Amino acid sequence: MKYIDYVQLSPIEKLTYNLGNFFKAIPGALAGFFSAIGKFLKSFIHGIGEFFKDYAAYFKTGGLMTKLSYVIMGAGCVAYGQVVKGIIFFLAEILFIVYMATFGGGYISKFGTLGTVGSHTEMSDDGFEINVPGDDSMLILLFGTLTLVLIVVFIAIYILNIKVAVNCEKIVKSGSKPNTIKEDIKLLTDEKFHITLLTVPTILVSCFTILPLIFMILIAFTNFDGQHQPPNVLFTWVGFSNFGNIFVGNEMYARTFGNVLVWTFVWAVVATFSCYILGVIIALMINKKGLKFKGAFRTCFVLSVAVPQFVTLLLMAQMLSQDGVVNVFLQNAGLIKEPIRFLTDTSNPNLARATIILVNIWIGVPYTILSTTGILLNIPEDLYESARIDGATPVVQFTKITLPYLVFVTTPQLISTFVGNINNFNVIYLLSGGGPQNNAYYGAGSTDLLVTWLFKLTMDKHDNNLAASIGIIVFIISATLSLVTFNNTKSAKDEGAFS
Amino acid sequence: MIKSYKTKRLIGDIVVYTILTILSIIWVLPIVWIVMTSFSGEKSAFIDHVIPSTWTFNNYIELFTKTETFNYPRAFLNTLIISIFSCVISTLSVLMVSYTFSRLRFKSRKAFMNVAMILGMFPGFMTMIAIYYILKVIGLSQNIVGLIIVYSAGAALGYFISKGFFDTVPKALDEAATIDGATKNQIFWQIILPMSKPIVVYTVITSFIGPWTDFILARMLIQDAYDQYTVALVLWNMTDKTKVDEFFYRFCAGSVIVAIPITAVFLKMQKFYVEGITGGAVKG
Repeated sequence: MKYIDYVQLSPIEKLTYNLGNFFKAIPGALAGFFSAIGKFLKSFIHGIGEFFKDYAAYFKTGGLMTKLSYVIMGAGCVAYGQVVKGIIFFLAEILFIVYMATFGGGYISKFGTLGTVGSHTEMSDDGFEINVPGDDSMLILLFGTLTLVLIVVFIAIYILNIKVAVNCEKIVKSGSKPNTIKEDIKLLTDEKFHITLLTVPTILVSCFTILPLIFMILIAFTNFDGQHQPPNVLFTWVGFSNFGNIFVGNEMYARTFGNVLVWTFVWAVVATFSCYILGVIIALMINKKGLKFKGAFRTCFVLSVAVPQFVTLLLMAQMLSQDGVVNVFLQNAGLIKEPIRFLTDTSNPNLARATIILVNIWIGVPYTILSTTGILLNIPEDLYESARIDGATPVVQFTKITLPYLVFVTTPQLISTFVGNINNFNVIYLLSGGGPQNNAYYGAGSTDLLVTWLFKLTMDKHDNNLAASIGIIVFIISATLSLVTFNNTKSAKDEGAFS
Repeated sequence: MIKSYKTKRLIGDIVVYTILTILSIIWVLPIVWIVMTSFSGEKSAFIDHVIPSTWTFNNYIELFTKTETFNYPRAFLNTLIISIFSCVISTLSVLMVSYTFSRLRFKSRKAFMNVAMILGMFPGFMTMIAIYYILKVIGLSQNIVGLIIVYSAGAALGYFISKGFFDTVPKALDEAATIDGATKNQIFWQIILPMSKPIVVYTVITSFIGPWTDFILARMLIQDAYDQYTVALVLWNMTDKTKVDEFFYRFCAGSVIVAIPITAVFLKMQKFYVEGITGGAVKG
């Protein structure tokens, strides 16, 4: 559809058109996602091929010391004058070999089975029961993963070692001297400053985000559930059967997953848009020209952002409980006879859902006010001025200037809020704890989101494998949504439109 | 004609004032109520009237003196230590990473940013289970040191907003400094950082508030090590069904205390906060 046709559509037609586009884009984005992964793998394998070709060539052309670097790391460096660097390379090699021989190698060799004999009790010769320690699948998986990561790191260092050796040889052959260690360090504060800045954060992220993530993704393909708790009962690889169980295989899991997924989406849509629309309306009212006490009004709303969220949520849960202040107030006012069980009424889960959404409005609206106020103040005044000169009414000014500007600027924020709501653990867990109980579900209540269900599965049922699979599904949902909507929005297509 | 315009505007103003006043009351009421209740002298948490009949300061005193069941002062100290340390480390690492991605150009820049974006899309506590086991292996599980490490380690992934800010600082400054012979190290510490006060303040505030108000990671990692409890865990346990009757007023008092520093900082820094967000969001 051409832009000129689009402009002439009615708002409802525009909405259906956009929605249609959104759903049409999903398959494309999924395909794009997987083809990107495919491309990445292809270029990765290609890169490895190139690497061997290149380094085989270097091996042929390089001098003796460079050749020696292929076996003894750092030999080339030392020979061509970079002694300190060479020693560091050599130490890295020694450390790696020692690590693999004493620790990593054993775990890697058991990685395929995740252990065969659990710890168990045996009768000793004199008739006592003694504990015999065996394999521990958890530790094998964890240290196996760690060792795999370290092997990748070591290969990177190995490549670097060869590169440096080849470079040094070239420099020496051309008659000049390679950098001394002092010059190298100096480079780190200037041309190579990014290495200095990124090293520590990268190490931290690798240890506490990437490594755990690989570990959890691997757990999704094992049977590490309540019945298989090492060291006594070992777990092992089961392929895709956890995903199969969640989608169709196990009736109870599948039903719970389906219902929780639907509620997660309903919640995310309602929670995001209710907070956004109400917040924008209130922000516009506060920013109305000529209004007094702007600061006071804003402070009233912002106060609730400043109070830690877990405090307000625990407080709200208490206020809405059966004997809480809201029920007391309603009873004293004569509005109700029996207390309303806002969050725990098992016969009416929708009451709990509605309550949670209302409380979330109370929590979320101030954030929207906070962020939109700044944006509203940023709209260039001359836009309004010229609109007034052209005779635009306030309504036209609002629909043609304020709203487009606001939507343009806040779309990325809206997307991240939406994804954030899919993962909104705090509100659900601290408010209702996922309740009211629902016996038709496996380990979940009527208001549980996928993420709180994930948490309960690990904490209460110890079904780490199911939890990990759900985590992967949540990731796929969030990633697809972010990519599709972000590529579809004007702000991504046309970055400079309003600047 | 002019008169009718004026009355129209007056009516509009009255409507807006009324709505805003009602809404403000709705938003402030729970906060007023918790502050009021924290001074309540009632015996039981479940009473049949809204406004307490007697007033006392005892809830606050008991919170800090009766520490057998819940050691609030200890928890408060723990939370303070965690927040300060993670705030310092996270601020440094966020600023370093965002500056690198905004200003420095190197071969794997795009790759690094893409990896960070993908990592950000995983649900945060999917990794927590694994982190718990990792910390257990190195002997830091159920320990606030472990919490500090985990809070600070993940912080670098939240570089987007401050990168957006650094993107708006004119490049000409860097060029001028380079011509004057400054290294990139000097440019970062001596030119760009002093100029970027709003985003530094914003990063400091957010990385302090994060650990200060976090519940889930602490719940997952500390579990039942009571002397390592943070305020969030203590307050959450106070509202447990079996304890809430006895501890409800102390819960209110504890909540007020933990909210005061944040509220004060927040109201003072409101302007920075808005600038920080929009500055990053618009240009990012």
